[in-house]
Amino acid sequence: MKKNPTVELKLPIIKDMELVATHTSDVISKHMQLSEDDTAEISMALIEACINAFEHSETKEEIYIHFIINDDNLTIKVIDKGKGFDASSIKLPNIDEKVGSSERKRGWGLMLMQELMDKVHFESDDSGTTLTMTKNKEKDE
Amino acid sequence: MSKILNTESKGDITIISTEGYFNKDLGEDLKNFTDQEIKKGGKHFLINLKESKIVNSIGASILIEIIEELQTVDGTLSFCNLSPIIGKTFKIMGLTKYCTTYENEEEAVNAIG
Repeated sequence: MKKNPTVELKLPIIKDMELVATHTSDVISKHMQLSEDDTAEISMALIEACINAFEHSETKEEIYIHFIINDDNLTIKVIDKGKGFDASSIKLPNIDEKVGSSERKRGWGLMLMQELMDKVHFESDDSGTTLTMTKNKEKDE
Repeated sequence: MSKILNTESKGDITIISTEGYFNKDLGEDLKNFTDQEIKKGGKHFLINLKESKIVNSIGASILIEIIEELQTVDGTLSFCNLSPIIGKTFKIMGLTKYCTTYENEEEAVNAIG
C-alpha cells in the first residue's frame, strides 16, 4: 500500500515561530499545485493552530506538525503535549458582543480555522491535544 | 520584523503604514500610536497594509480595542491595500462591520476626506 508523503516539523515555543510552519506549508502547497488563495488560507489556519498550541496548552515542550500530502487533500496535524482542553466548552466569538463590552477581545482562532479549512477536528485529553485540519484540493487544481 | 513604517496626516486623516507580520507587537504599537493621536484630537485613521501580507488573530483583535476608543470620539478606522487573506480574516471576524476597507490610499483619502 502506498504511503502518503509526510513532512514533519518540530517547533520550539518561541515568538513568531509559527511563521516557520507557514514557510513549510507554502512549499508543500506549491508542490501540490494549490491555488494562491488556498495556500494563504492554509497559512492563516496554521498560524492560528500554532498560536493555540503555544498559548493554551501551557506546555513548555515543542509542538509537532505533520503535513500529510494526499492526492486530493492536504492534512495537517498540530500536536502538543500540554494540558488539553474541553472542545465543547468553547464558544465561537461574535464581534457585536465584544465591541463596547468588557468581554475579552481574543478567542478567534477556532472560528478562523473552521472558516478557512474544509475540516477541523480535535482530540484532546490531559496528556495533550492533536488538531487535525484538512484542505481539499479543488478539482481543477 | 513588524513595525509601523510611516505615519502622516492628510487633512483630518492620519495614515499609518505598517510593515511585516501583523502580530500582537504590531497591534500594540498601533494601539499606542492611535491612543496618543486621539488624545491630541485625531479622529480618522487609515491603516495602509500594503507591506503587511499576513496577520494573526491576536494582532487583529487589538483592532477591536482601537475601534472602541474611536467610538468614544465619533471617529473612524479604515484600511487599504489589504492582501486577500487579511481581507478574508477581517470579514470572518466581523471587523468589516466596524471599519471600511479601500483598494488603495488614494481611494481611501478621497472617500474619508
